[in-house]
Amino acid sequence: MVVVRDIIITGLLLGGIFALVSVGFSLQYGVGRVLNVSHGEFIMLGSFITFWLLGSANINPLVSMLVSGVFVFAIGWFLYATLFRRLMDTSPSIEAFEGKSMLAAFGLLYVVQNLARIIWGSQTQNVIFLNRTVTAAQIPLNRLVALGVVIVISALFYLFLARTRMGKAIRAAGQDPTTAGLMGVNIHGVLAICFGLGLGMAGVAGSLISTVYAISTSMGLQYTVIAMIVVVLGGLGSVTGAMIGGLVLGVVSQLVTYFQPTMTFIAYYAIFIVLLLVRPKGIMGK
Amino acid sequence: MHLLEGEGVSKHFGGLVAVSDVDFYVDEGEILGLIGPNGAGKTTLFNLISAALKPTTGKITFKGRDLTPLPAFKICRLGIARTFQTVKIFPHVPVLRNVMVGALFGTGKRISSRDAQKKAEEALEFVDLLSLKDLPAGDLVLANQKRLEVARALASDPQLMLLDELMAGLTATEVTEAMGDVRRLRDRGVTVIMIEHVMQAIMNTSDRIVVLDYGKKIAEGTPAEVAANEKVIEVYLGEECDVAS
Amino acid sequence: MKTTTFSKTRIVSLAVLAVIFVALALLPTITEGYWLTRISDYMRYAILAVAWVIFSGPTGYMSLATAAFYGLGFYIAAIANGPVPFVAVIIIAGIASFVVALGIGALTLRLRGVYFTMFTFAVVLLINNVVLEVERLVTGTRGRFVETETQAVAYYAMFAVAIITLVSAYMIRRSRHGLALQSIGEYEEAAAHSGINVVRTKVIIFATSSVFMAMAGAIIATRRTYIDPGIAFNMTTSFLPVLMAMFGGMGNLFGPVIGAVVFTELGDQLLTKFPDLYMLIFGLVLILAITFMPNGILGLGQQVWRKMRGGRRAPA
Repeated sequence: MVVVRDIIITGLLLGGIFALVSVGFSLQYGVGRVLNVSHGEFIMLGSFITFWLLGSANINPLVSMLVSGVFVFAIGWFLYATLFRRLMDTSPSIEAFEGKSMLAAFGLLYVVQNLARIIWGSQTQNVIFLNRTVTAAQIPLNRLVALGVVIVISALFYLFLARTRMGKAIRAAGQDPTTAGLMGVNIHGVLAICFGLGLGMAGVAGSLISTVYAISTSMGLQYTVIAMIVVVLGGLGSVTGAMIGGLVLGVVSQLVTYFQPTMTFIAYYAIFIVLLLVRPKGIMGK
Repeated sequence: MHLLEGEGVSKHFGGLVAVSDVDFYVDEGEILGLIGPNGAGKTTLFNLISAALKPTTGKITFKGRDLTPLPAFKICRLGIARTFQTVKIFPHVPVLRNVMVGALFGTGKRISSRDAQKKAEEALEFVDLLSLKDLPAGDLVLANQKRLEVARALASDPQLMLLDELMAGLTATEVTEAMGDVRRLRDRGVTVIMIEHVMQAIMNTSDRIVVLDYGKKIAEGTPAEVAANEKVIEVYLGEECDVAS
Repeated sequence: MKTTTFSKTRIVSLAVLAVIFVALALLPTITEGYWLTRISDYMRYAILAVAWVIFSGPTGYMSLATAAFYGLGFYIAAIANGPVPFVAVIIIAGIASFVVALGIGALTLRLRGVYFTMFTFAVVLLINNVVLEVERLVTGTRGRFVETETQAVAYYAMFAVAIITLVSAYMIRRSRHGLALQSIGEYEEAAAHSGINVVRTKVIIFATSSVFMAMAGAIIATRRTYIDPGIAFNMTTSFLPVLMAMFGGMGNLFGPVIGAVVFTELGDQLLTKFPDLYMLIFGLVLILAITFMPNGILGLGQQVWRKMRGGRRAPA
């Protein structure tokens, strides 16, 4: 019974992290049309900012989460406003843009990963935070807190998309950028904010991850791959799909880890392959 | 047996009905006109025939053979070729090689490169573009790009050609020339279905006309019959028809 | 008038190529050691870059799976070389890679391009994990030892594969399949409606391009005594050919070759001194190349050349 409860809580937590990571990835591709293969590196960046702030200035990771989020958001906004905007302007078609921006992101992968490696080295690190267990339940406190944070962020983000003007603008831009532009939406501004948001979520996710798992400067790739699988699972272009897909994958992952930890990654790929074979549209795909 | 026949053809996109329960046919040697207001489902019908889309219900047969399970490239090889509303030639490829694509892959038979080149040149001559054969296709003016598309389609030895708004964007002289081209196609033995908004052109060139509105067939008959049809007049009242004369 | 100048350039370039060919063929008789390895390295990356361009150039479907096929070659060499003659090992690596690529292609190339790119990105990590797992569970080892070949033998093998790759790339480009591929890249829907079996063409040419990558991998593996999944299946091997092709230009076959030589040389020079810095710089170069030189350095050269020549005749 304890085992089941543990699997569910950790599964939800992992799922929440996956969802956060994937929603960000989905925003960048679904709305911004950028297949950001460097997404995972920004997760790593968020982790290391938290690690560094804790180590050098003893700043609480919960605060660092905010710092990471804002900092990485700014980077993302800036990248879109300069690099991707320029690529968009010089691309004859949307497919050409998708190709070019993916390759640019590939370059970004190496820039960010190696910057981090130069600053922080290649060793695995740990962020010690709330490592005590909640006595009655025997669950590490940091996991509960992380789970709580994930829930709060997801709820906030959902409200943002559904209720605010900017959120509606983002949804409009995702469905039909030309018409949205004609309706007075500042398309490039919205896209830049969208991309920044997507990347910012990666930063926050990284921060969260650092409180619960060990981190290293080479951790980015696997998260990028997970984001891809989740986004296909949930349906390319669907933000709700990414959330659902993330949760599903997280819980499934914990189940597999419980029985055979080294098979977890292979399980992800098996899911990916089956999806591509049977239902590439995913859960919420049109 | 009709050359091409569609029975109860429908296409739904979620809640939107693009084509609704349409029956149609075309006989060998005919020029069939397909008209209707914008959004009536004409191009969708073409897409259903050429397998760019799959019908939600209904059946389309060509020489008695069911087309619905086949992919687009097989349909071309069977003998149905088409042009597109927005011209889809290969811009960075020379004109001649654009047409050779049709000859090499679209006939359904093995063909040597030399024969393919000859076929392509012959098709280019038919549309009077042979002199431009080495230019990159993207450098051509719109009217010539449309001709190029026709040549590429022709090089695949079709029995039936679907022409989607061949005359859109053409000047009055170009329209008359295009009308002549369509008749010459028929004289060559190619059956034609054409979608047009240029009323004068389609009324003067077609043997028969089918009228669509909101995805449904509302009239069918000779140009004279259709022009006199009350429903058709009603649908076009207030519509800006492009009468290029 | 025009044709005479054309064939003169033709003859000159063919002569230059012939000289280079002979020089490369005779190299092991003149030197050994350092220079042989260096040229071998240039050839290795030229093979990867050109092979990548064969498929991803005309179609715009960016394959990030290069490392997967290359690593497959590594492992086949590790498993088979020694008992199996070297030439056979290389051929087997090519065949195995073809089969795997057929699978990947059949899975993803019938879907939109983004699925292909994502899957090829993921497949490198996948095969890394699978091999690690298989080694842990089945063989109980981590990595393998490789039966090595001499430097001269490996050099000639690499040279042969390089020639084969370049010739194949050239022939594909000129053939009807190259035309089909280009048509697919320009307007996939129109290509299908003109009778091209789009999925089959993409899959076969993708699989063909993987053959050369695996062969290069198999040869290089025999110059190492030990390999493991991390060495064999490294994302950087997927990244570098892209960088080289983008920088050199994908318009013709010289572009990727030039890119390969430039960045292999640069990488070699910087590797020992600044291992993290140089990859960072390469990443930056890729971003800059895509942004400012989308046709690569050769394309840029062509533009400059055209401007210079046209300048004389251009109206005021």
